[in-house]
Amino acid sequence: MDATLVSSICQAAVTAGTPILYPALGEILAERAGVLNLGVEGMMLVGAVSGFTAAVGTGNAWVGLGAALVAGAAVSLIHAFLCVTLRANQVVSGLALTIFATGLSGYVGKPFIGLPAAGTFPVVAVPGLSDIPLLGPVLFEHDLLVYLSYVLAPILYLLVYHTRPGLHLRAVGENPAAADAMGVDVVRTRFLYVVVGGALAGAGGAYLSLAYAPTWLENMTAGRGWIAVALVIFAGWNPLMAVLGSYLFGGIDALGLRVQAAGTTVPSFFLSMLPYLATVMVLVATTWGKRRLAAPAALGIPYNREGK
Amino acid sequence: MRLEVEKRAAVPPLCYLLQPVLAVLGAVLAGGVFLALTGTDPVRVYSLMVSGAFGSRYGMSETIVKAIPLALCGLGVGAAFRMLLWNIGAEGQLYCGAIAATGLALMYPHWPSALLLPAMLVAGFLAGGGWALLPALPRAYLGTNEVITTLMLNYVAILGTAYLVHGPWRDPHGFNFPLTAQFAPSAHLPTFLGTRVHVGALLVLVGAALLTLVWGRTRWGYEIKVIGESVAAARYAGMRVRRNVLLIMFLSGGLAGVAGMAEVAGVIHRLQPQISPGYGYAAIIVAWLARLHPWGTVLVAVLFGALLVGGYAVQTAGIPAAVAAMLQGTILFFVLGSEFLLHYRVRVVVRTRQEG
Repeated sequence: MDATLVSSICQAAVTAGTPILYPALGEILAERAGVLNLGVEGMMLVGAVSGFTAAVGTGNAWVGLGAALVAGAAVSLIHAFLCVTLRANQVVSGLALTIFATGLSGYVGKPFIGLPAAGTFPVVAVPGLSDIPLLGPVLFEHDLLVYLSYVLAPILYLLVYHTRPGLHLRAVGENPAAADAMGVDVVRTRFLYVVVGGALAGAGGAYLSLAYAPTWLENMTAGRGWIAVALVIFAGWNPLMAVLGSYLFGGIDALGLRVQAAGTTVPSFFLSMLPYLATVMVLVATTWGKRRLAAPAALGIPYNREGK
Repeated sequence: MRLEVEKRAAVPPLCYLLQPVLAVLGAVLAGGVFLALTGTDPVRVYSLMVSGAFGSRYGMSETIVKAIPLALCGLGVGAAFRMLLWNIGAEGQLYCGAIAATGLALMYPHWPSALLLPAMLVAGFLAGGGWALLPALPRAYLGTNEVITTLMLNYVAILGTAYLVHGPWRDPHGFNFPLTAQFAPSAHLPTFLGTRVHVGALLVLVGAALLTLVWGRTRWGYEIKVIGESVAAARYAGMRVRRNVLLIMFLSGGLAGVAGMAEVAGVIHRLQPQISPGYGYAAIIVAWLARLHPWGTVLVAVLFGALLVGGYAVQTAGIPAAVAAMLQGTILFFVLGSEFLLHYRVRVVVRTRQEG
């Protein structure tokens, strides 16, 4: 196994991990606020199709990204309204959203299936940095959305752990009654972070349709949204750990493809199973240890000021 | 002027029945508005759907054919939800049941129906149940979140099916298509009156009757209900939670597995890469809409079968079949949203007195 092969797999790991990273970051924010959002897969698809159609329509990938952000946010508003205002069951609401948004994306995207993207995010090598042997191409020969994620993750980390708004966010997720008493607007906080989470999920979808593939196909996320939700648990609701985890999963994806291309007796279907099986094993391993990664205490529980 | 929300003292029983009906109506209306906004005539779409699903003998039999796996999976998923076990893996459990049934059908085509079909049924149940046990074990012993684990295994099961029909089980006389050979007549589920409605319909009725009995009149059914409402209370009463997690998940997966067996033995008569248009996922909505009630599940399954058939019917008018999935999701939104109105009363209060 020579160094350039490892380097190429690592580079592919970053590329394949980015569409998992964006929704994972968004889900971290939503769950930190105490709202479980299982609609991520659907929001990604909505983002992918909106981004694609907008880019095809205008020829500009950034317009596409903007459209994806708006679409993801809009769809997540439904979830926020149902779960925060109407206190519906968050698991079922998220699933309903996935089914609805998947159908919506299929409906809207029908005329665009398989079309070449008019505006995409091309790979832009960072001058100088990308010439670093081995590490250069791995980190610095990607498209702008990947570079954006490099900046986004640490910003979110600082936000969550080292700012006052981040403190309020965590308070709302751990003990909304106490946060309420402190003067934090629980409803507005939850709405805000669910919507931001939805927008980021949309961005992840746009990455698939505007950079990774780039085209629109029905159900093109292939479960990445779900892997992102699992990743949030694995990362301990920490944005920086999410980066690690996404690239790990991206690596498994990339490895599978490489092994296939190298010619192997293992049928391709089994290699395709790897990311899903890995997610299951990682989740089990995460709950195995004595040190259980603690979820935000109020996650999934609707907040009622009168205390029911 | 402001909105005042107060909790209702009691919920009139009629409301529990009215709620799903109104939710469906609301969703249909909202869907109609969406269609109109995107330039499609909603009346045309809906009338096409209704006539497609109910307007002919063929349509009605197709509706029932689709309702059978929806109902079986819905009964299974409902059983799990009763205990607050989120089995999102019905789709994969269905595929596993289909795989097991196919295996028997391909290996023993010379067996008489009376032996082969029940064997396929049992195999389907065991395979689906077994597939559900995989995520159930970590859930029972480690508390691992079952939403993701059951879901991931869906993808694995579908990929496994693809592997089998592309590889070892591919029909040698099938011109290289990824299909198994057609099942021998002994592996076909008998049908009614020359339609495509097969004996699976009886399985649904038997299943619903049995479950109604179990949930309502057995001690075990009561146990499940208590665990679903409060694990702490159940433990205090000495109920074995862990064992019931495994049992219920096995039952849930088993029913979905039976649905898979029914599809390959009753409708498709072979194994192919796609044997379900998402029955396992739609079943979640079916069960929730029916408030986990077995007979309600059957009824709602027929409704959703009609939705599916209607969805295919509108394709001829150039409208994507995905509109059916959107309607399903919207119905669930309205059901979820209207829960709130069941328990709380919302009033608009206009300030009429001067302050101070």
